[in-house]
Amino acid sequence: MEFISQHPVLVAAVVKIAVLLFIVMTALAYLTWLERKVIAHIQSRWGPYNVGAHGLLQPLADGLKFLFKEDVMPPVADRLIYTLAPFLALSLGLTAIALIPFGPPIVQFPNGQPMFVVSDINLGLLFLFAITSIGVYGVALAGWSSNSKYALLGGLRSSAQMISYEVSLTISVVGVLLLAGSLDFNQLINGPNGQAGYWLHFIPKWNVFPQIVGFLCYLTAAIAETNRIPFDLPEAETELVAGFHTEYSAFKFAMFFMAEYANMITVSCLATILFLGGWLSPFPASWTWQNYLPSVSLLLLAAYCAWNTVSEMRGIARLQLGVVTLLAGGGGLICLYPPIAAGIQGPFWFTAKILAILFFYIWMRATLPRFRYDQLMSFGWKLLLPVSLANLVITAFVIVWPLLRHG
Amino acid sequence: MNIAIIMFFACALLSVAGAMLLILAREPIHSALALILVMMAVAVLYLLLGAPFIAAVQIIVYAGAIMVLFVFVIMLLNAGVEERTDFSRIAKFGGVPLGFLLLLEIAHSLYHSPVGKAIANGAGSSNDAADTAKLSEMLFRQYLFPFEATSILILIAILGALVLARKES
Amino acid sequence: MSAVPISWYLVLSAILFGLGVVAFVFKRNIITIFMSIELMLNAVNLAFVAFARARGDLDGLVFVFFVIVVAAAEAAVGLAIVIMLAQNRQSLNVERVSLLKL
Repeated sequence: MEFISQHPVLVAAVVKIAVLLFIVMTALAYLTWLERKVIAHIQSRWGPYNVGAHGLLQPLADGLKFLFKEDVMPPVADRLIYTLAPFLALSLGLTAIALIPFGPPIVQFPNGQPMFVVSDINLGLLFLFAITSIGVYGVALAGWSSNSKYALLGGLRSSAQMISYEVSLTISVVGVLLLAGSLDFNQLINGPNGQAGYWLHFIPKWNVFPQIVGFLCYLTAAIAETNRIPFDLPEAETELVAGFHTEYSAFKFAMFFMAEYANMITVSCLATILFLGGWLSPFPASWTWQNYLPSVSLLLLAAYCAWNTVSEMRGIARLQLGVVTLLAGGGGLICLYPPIAAGIQGPFWFTAKILAILFFYIWMRATLPRFRYDQLMSFGWKLLLPVSLANLVITAFVIVWPLLRHG
Repeated sequence: MNIAIIMFFACALLSVAGAMLLILAREPIHSALALILVMMAVAVLYLLLGAPFIAAVQIIVYAGAIMVLFVFVIMLLNAGVEERTDFSRIAKFGGVPLGFLLLLEIAHSLYHSPVGKAIANGAGSSNDAADTAKLSEMLFRQYLFPFEATSILILIAILGALVLARKES
Repeated sequence: MSAVPISWYLVLSAILFGLGVVAFVFKRNIITIFMSIELMLNAVNLAFVAFARARGDLDGLVFVFFVIVVAAAEAAVGLAIVIMLAQNRQSLNVERVSLLKL
């Protein structure tokens, strides 16, 4: 017990990492479920429906399948790098989530450590970019070590695409940094030049409004950076078999899969922090009824699941839906308790915004055709980079102009 | 035995191990990976010396862009196993001990020099954001001319690489 | 958080520089020789940052910044030359490119 009181930072960090790892791995699994359901409904079909109630156990089934499949390694592959590449990709994707604040640093554990951010550093944004820039190696090394034509070409194209769009990604963010004046995530959200407060009393001061061009450039560069449609030629099935992960099977393939979704989540978290106000609520703080929004939304979900439980025909699905109803209802009732309701506001709004951006990602995937590789590269270098640079120059000019006029 | 000394020894061992792997590896791709390991260890050493901005710049630019360039070139040229030539006996049995002796002498003189006696305070003892702000002010005021000159240098390097890589049409 | 003397960082920098020189002299592949140059530059950067901490000001960090930028430019042009050389001589062995004649 003395250890716990003498090392507050370490103990709090271990607890936060354990909880966050659990939540992120579950979120990754259910993001695949969400993607399949959303794409299916856009295409007028049901999606996974049989495996659990409404397909809710599909991620579990997929995970078990990946675990038990035979792990085939091509005989001429470079063993060390072949095994290292998926670990590198997944671990970097998960490391980036450690820097992200899910709620205000005011909410703390009893020993004074902030509850909603694993590591709160002053130069957080810079280190996040450092982690994403190392992520290129997972793809390049996977392509090389498989020792096959499709994999090498896919790996080279994929990594060239990633480093090209990384430049535009970084430059489109600098406009926000000029407005806020700091690299710290808490300053970007809540600081003196941050996103707290309202214009005209009802428009929140989120950076998406003054920096709309930057936001659009960021979203486009982010979709290209994470190799999603419409920018996923290097790993499309009809083009290059499967690109850099052609020769991977079983759990290593699952790791690449999870790494792609982890990158998606990281990039969405960064978009909400920089442009959509992070964990701030869009409603003014004086509207105290918004404290009950998390519990109300959970109770609505419980009611929907209860209705489905009653109208469901199959016994086992009815049981599963009953469990979900109880969980959602229990969560809703817990969130009615005032200290928890006040504390859960930050993560609730953060999660809602991330889900909105992920829905946009999945919507893009279901709707758009993909770019050809030369179109992709010329788009990145000849259109997106000049637009980001122009955004930066104009933002800098607008900030400096009043100072120039007054001498 | 506080945490700074442990971290220093861990990173020092990693960087020396990476440098040895660079020398001893048989394929260039393994040497490239060893060099990336060295750069990451050196970035953590920069953090221990209280320079977080330079650590981040090292990872973003050096380990995340320059080494990617090296890895691309190795992949494109399909650089395979290196040929080994036999060194002369003098180089192996005379040169290595002499080199080691030289290293010991340099280490001894550095260890007892006056600047060597200063203690490096660990990272986090100063305000990182304020240091970064001061660093950027120095870059844009005192060192503005070298800053602009290096941007022209990068432009020249891009043009040079484009000209060299263009196919004869 | 203290008690690591600056001299230890300088000794480490000297060791890395020495290993870089050894790699430069003894390796046969052009790309590996290039990488040993980058290793030497990293060792020198470490010495600069250590001295910046010892003196208490930030000039060393500015110099490290410029060294990294110049290394980037040099790597770009150097690797372009290496690619052309490899396509001309079909080999990456430095002993094969020691004569001007093909």
